[in-house]
Amino acid sequence: MVNTKVTLSGLTLDNPIIPASGTFGFGYEFAEIYDINILGSFSFKGTTLEPRFGNPTPRIAETPFGMINAVGLQNPGIDKVISEELPKMRKVFHKPVVANISGFCVEEYVKCCEKIDKEDCVGIIEINISCPNVHGGGMALGTDPEMAAEITRAVKAVTTKPVYIKLTPNVTSIVPIAKAVEAAGADGISLCNTFLGMRIDPKTKKPVIANKMGGFSGPAIFPMALRMVYQVYEAVNIPIIGIGGVATAEDVIEMMLAGATAVQVGAQNLVDPYACKKIIEELPAVMEKYGIKDLNDIIGGAH
Amino acid sequence: MKKLIFTVNSNVKIAKDVYKMVLAGDCEDIRCGQFVNIQIDGLYLRRPISVCEVEGEELTLIYKVVGKGTEAMSRMLSGTELDVLTGLGNGYDLTKSGEKPLLIGGGVGVPPMYELCKQLIREGKEVSVILGFNKAEEIFYKDEFEKLGAKVFVATVDGSVGTKGFVTDVMKTMDDYTYVYTCGPEPMLKAVYNESKTSGQFSFEERMGCGFGACMGCSCKTKYGNKRICKEGPVLTKEEIIW
Repeated sequence: MVNTKVTLSGLTLDNPIIPASGTFGFGYEFAEIYDINILGSFSFKGTTLEPRFGNPTPRIAETPFGMINAVGLQNPGIDKVISEELPKMRKVFHKPVVANISGFCVEEYVKCCEKIDKEDCVGIIEINISCPNVHGGGMALGTDPEMAAEITRAVKAVTTKPVYIKLTPNVTSIVPIAKAVEAAGADGISLCNTFLGMRIDPKTKKPVIANKMGGFSGPAIFPMALRMVYQVYEAVNIPIIGIGGVATAEDVIEMMLAGATAVQVGAQNLVDPYACKKIIEELPAVMEKYGIKDLNDIIGGAH
Repeated sequence: MKKLIFTVNSNVKIAKDVYKMVLAGDCEDIRCGQFVNIQIDGLYLRRPISVCEVEGEELTLIYKVVGKGTEAMSRMLSGTELDVLTGLGNGYDLTKSGEKPLLIGGGVGVPPMYELCKQLIREGKEVSVILGFNKAEEIFYKDEFEKLGAKVFVATVDGSVGTKGFVTDVMKTMDDYTYVYTCGPEPMLKAVYNESKTSGQFSFEERMGCGFGACMGCSCKTKYGNKRICKEGPVLTKEEIIW
């Protein structure tokens, strides 16, 4: 028997597999086809203070081994998420969930976290300061170490739940930002959000996506995300959730060797709704193949 | 939704850039007006294709080659196995049709009308169908609709077959239909919306990420709130559409 249990800030997960925010909704679509309680946890759809429709369509473009999205944080707003989505979610998922919170200024993050702090089903708050698809917030907040630290401090002051900061890879150097949020009290780091990208349709000679640019994800970005996890692991002492192009159990092993304690699976859920189930089922055999008895033994093992 | 393996039984060209693919597999949960989402080797995202016909264990898809995905599909040989998500989307509601439903398909919006026409005729309805194409070489399935027992009208933009002009030029001459079902390019849907004298159901297209409601890639605003084309659509009622 191998051990797949890992611990994030005191929260023990049966396995390190967490569907990434924006690729799993509130779980219902997936709960229709398998019991999602096999997951370590999942990160629910990015939630803001006010309801948002998001960007105009088309919001999706394909790339070699990946995709670009510019959904723009479509969500019903924190109050409706708490009153309508979470009660429905709890019927299909009985473990602590990761609450993904987005905003456009410090006060919005604070107000959302004050509200979500009262929800028992939330195990971790994941602060998204890295959405590339909204203007005047999102990613702009995550490219400046001081702003990232200010949001971290403000959020930490209003919640007792573990706070993980989800960083953007769209920066010259990821390390100073990771260090800044650690110094500001972050309990962990989710790394990373999507890479800014675009496609142009040669037929129309215009960008494919209405918002012109969007977040690039999928297996194509795996080596870049892995590199960032490796760099940040050397610079901080808080846990890292590795995110970016994870599609197989072998990718999970690689991410953990780079320094991740848990792993999020994003785009792959969209092309294979059973992706996380498959990874969880294959993980023990892949661990045995590489002589791994306990996943905790390999975290940062490549350093 | 089900994730299933289908086998290509046949895959033939039936008009300019248009192919008919017959797949064998479990069709139990597939309804008319729904779509399937097909995984294609070497491409990351699946390709959503509307359901043309379901008969026993056979699923017929008609698709137009418009990009890499459909181009790859057009080269698939009999015996090829495909990973397919089925039972996607809401589909058409047949109970609203009345006795004399009017079905309007434009281009690759024609295929979903076929299964619908078949089922409405089985229910004893008097079905009229308007098929719209640009020119003669693009026309397909006119005979098939006639064989089902529908009254078929064709409109071509260049006038090479049937009425010269658009599907709405045929609609203008009709006044005794009880309901409208339609699928086609958005400008056509809008023209049908404006021309129709009754209520109806309109099937929309959008670029999709997942096709099953997870990614919010294909959302639209309706009078009844935000909807996902892949999940609460692709069929919207006339009353809820915001242009």
